Amino acid sequence: MKNSTVDTHTLPAQWADDEPLLVVDDLYVEFQTRQGTVRAVNGVSYSVNAGETLAVLGESGSGKSVTAQAIMGILDMPPARIPRGQVRFRGTDLLKMPDDARSQIRGRRVSMIFQDALSALNPVFSVGWQIGEMFRVHRGMSKRDARKKAVELMDRVRIPAARDRLDDFPHQFSGGMRQRIMIAMAIALDPEILIADEPTTALDVTVQAQIMGLLAEIQRDSDMGLILITHDLGVVADVADKIAVMYGGRIVEEAPVHDLYRSPAHPYSKGLLESIPRVDLKGQELYAIKGMPPNLLEMPTGCAFHPRCPYRRANCETDVPPLHPVGSGRGSACHYWREVLDGGHS
Amino acid sequence: MGRYVIRRLLQAIPVLLGTTFLIFATVYALPGDPIAALGGDRLLDPLLVARMRETFHLNDPLLVQYWYYISGVVTGDLGTTFRGVPVASFFQHKIQVTFNLAITALVFEAILGVLLGLYAALRRGRWQDQAILAFTLLLVSVPTLVSGFILQLVLGVKLKLNTGIDFFPVAGIQDGWRSYLVPGLVLAGLSVAYLARLTRTSLMETLRADYVRTAVAKGMPRRRVLGRHVLRNSLIPVITYLGADLGNLMGGAVITETIFNLPGVGQQLFQSVYLRENAVVVGIVTVLVLVYIVANLIVDLLYAVLDPRIRYD
Repeated sequence: MKNSTVDTHTLPAQWADDEPLLVVDDLYVEFQTRQGTVRAVNGVSYSVNAGETLAVLGESGSGKSVTAQAIMGILDMPPARIPRGQVRFRGTDLLKMPDDARSQIRGRRVSMIFQDALSALNPVFSVGWQIGEMFRVHRGMSKRDARKKAVELMDRVRIPAARDRLDDFPHQFSGGMRQRIMIAMAIALDPEILIADEPTTALDVTVQAQIMGLLAEIQRDSDMGLILITHDLGVVADVADKIAVMYGGRIVEEAPVHDLYRSPAHPYSKGLLESIPRVDLKGQELYAIKGMPPNLLEMPTGCAFHPRCPYRRANCETDVPPLHPVGSGRGSACHYWREVLDGGHS
Repeated sequence: MGRYVIRRLLQAIPVLLGTTFLIFATVYALPGDPIAALGGDRLLDPLLVARMRETFHLNDPLLVQYWYYISGVVTGDLGTTFRGVPVASFFQHKIQVTFNLAITALVFEAILGVLLGLYAALRRGRWQDQAILAFTLLLVSVPTLVSGFILQLVLGVKLKLNTGIDFFPVAGIQDGWRSYLVPGLVLAGLSVAYLARLTRTSLMETLRADYVRTAVAKGMPRRRVLGRHVLRNSLIPVITYLGADLGNLMGGAVITETIFNLPGVGQQLFQSVYLRENAVVVGIVTVLVLVYIVANLIVDLLYAVLDPRIRYD
């Protein structure tokens, strides 16, 4: 299914075959604001392979969207700044790439869909125009051919009566259909990586399942890598291969999805799992992690999670825990990950 | 669409009746006798005065006077001045002059205002942005009287004397479209400032919109993001302002017309209010109101072209 005409000439041959398709390596992003420097991303590393789904989990302000925007190169700089780190796509650091070379990759080979499709689609252009734009601009297609392609894509994301709806505008579609249009636009040029930033948050539950199903299906057919950013654990379980949990701009736990669900190795992931409402505990009070997410302007010293952590000891307030390896392909940024894993007190 | 246009034009009728009556009543209420004023320092023959008052229905109550006037207008008779000149005879020409001036100013306003606003928004926070903001402040604070005379002197007189370039006439309308360039620029000054600021704000807002981020994420070149995705959305408030401003420009042309000696309605209006020439004042104001209504109708129709979420049916 993969489009074999991708222009590989823009990339050097130094890419080692064993390195994953996309690697985020020790990435830092900060924002200059009037109140001071907001350190939104503090040394995040993760990777995605072709055909793999990485779920990036975290609450608002955890840095998960900012990381994604840094990958895409759509951060407003200034105020944003990337003082350190690399984003390697097929071995090439995107951050060091000149602008025009990067926009050859953006949208074509690495593309992105956003949370709120109504505001993410341009209100004054028809959906056919907006999907077709990908082909007209990137492939130099005629208006007519681009329209044909748009219909094909709308069929592919299962928009009913695609041909008749080509000239409709975003506001004339339902929320789920709008997100399908976003997806159609993002997969138009068969990207190798698709970043989905909370793609189902603005939708109701039944539609959420449909959209997730559609994404999973497209990924299966095309072997692209999928980065699924979400704060919803329920969305993740069925589709993701591995999970990176973010807190305060860092990855606090990284694990294959089933390992994490079975036995979290970080107090924050554990808290997240315990706060999922469960039918068998009906009538009991819902669990909630104590305290508030950290203020990015005044990050707690040491481990950012320590003020809310039931496992806290004295050194948590001073020492930033590194990502300890915890079994195969797992890591936890907690000094006391063993206790958490063993299901110690909480 | 067609029905909407017709409905809007029908709505204009009560508006026109209302405004004409208000203006008529205002001029009626002014102190002094227009007929006696015709004689200047000399006293007129009381018989003549009485006869003229009779001819112009000046002895009738306000509503009756208005009725005579408006039924004349409906049948195509704009009335005559107290000196016996039919209003229609000089009316069209003067309206044309003012209209030319206002349109010239509007074109200057649209081009300069949008370009300045666009540039400032793209250089937000940098010195170019600050400079444009300061410049607009300057435009707002310098009265037309000053900027008019300065430009007239520099472009109309000095340019010719110092370089021999005889392009901008000093005054009058004998040079065709060139006569309107400098006055148009002067008249546009204030509006350029407002429009530049409006465009800047609107653009900065649109630049932050999610769909602009989407366009960038789609890998669209910057030019295309700005020219297609941003501009069309941010022009909606700009068009509104331009439409409403055409009326303001026509009504506000008095000083500019005086400086550059353009025989437009501004001068005429001023003089006619002074002489209490009700037929002329109301006639001019009616045309201004009509321009206002039509301009706003065009704006509303343009909305639907620019923004598909707006539909008229």
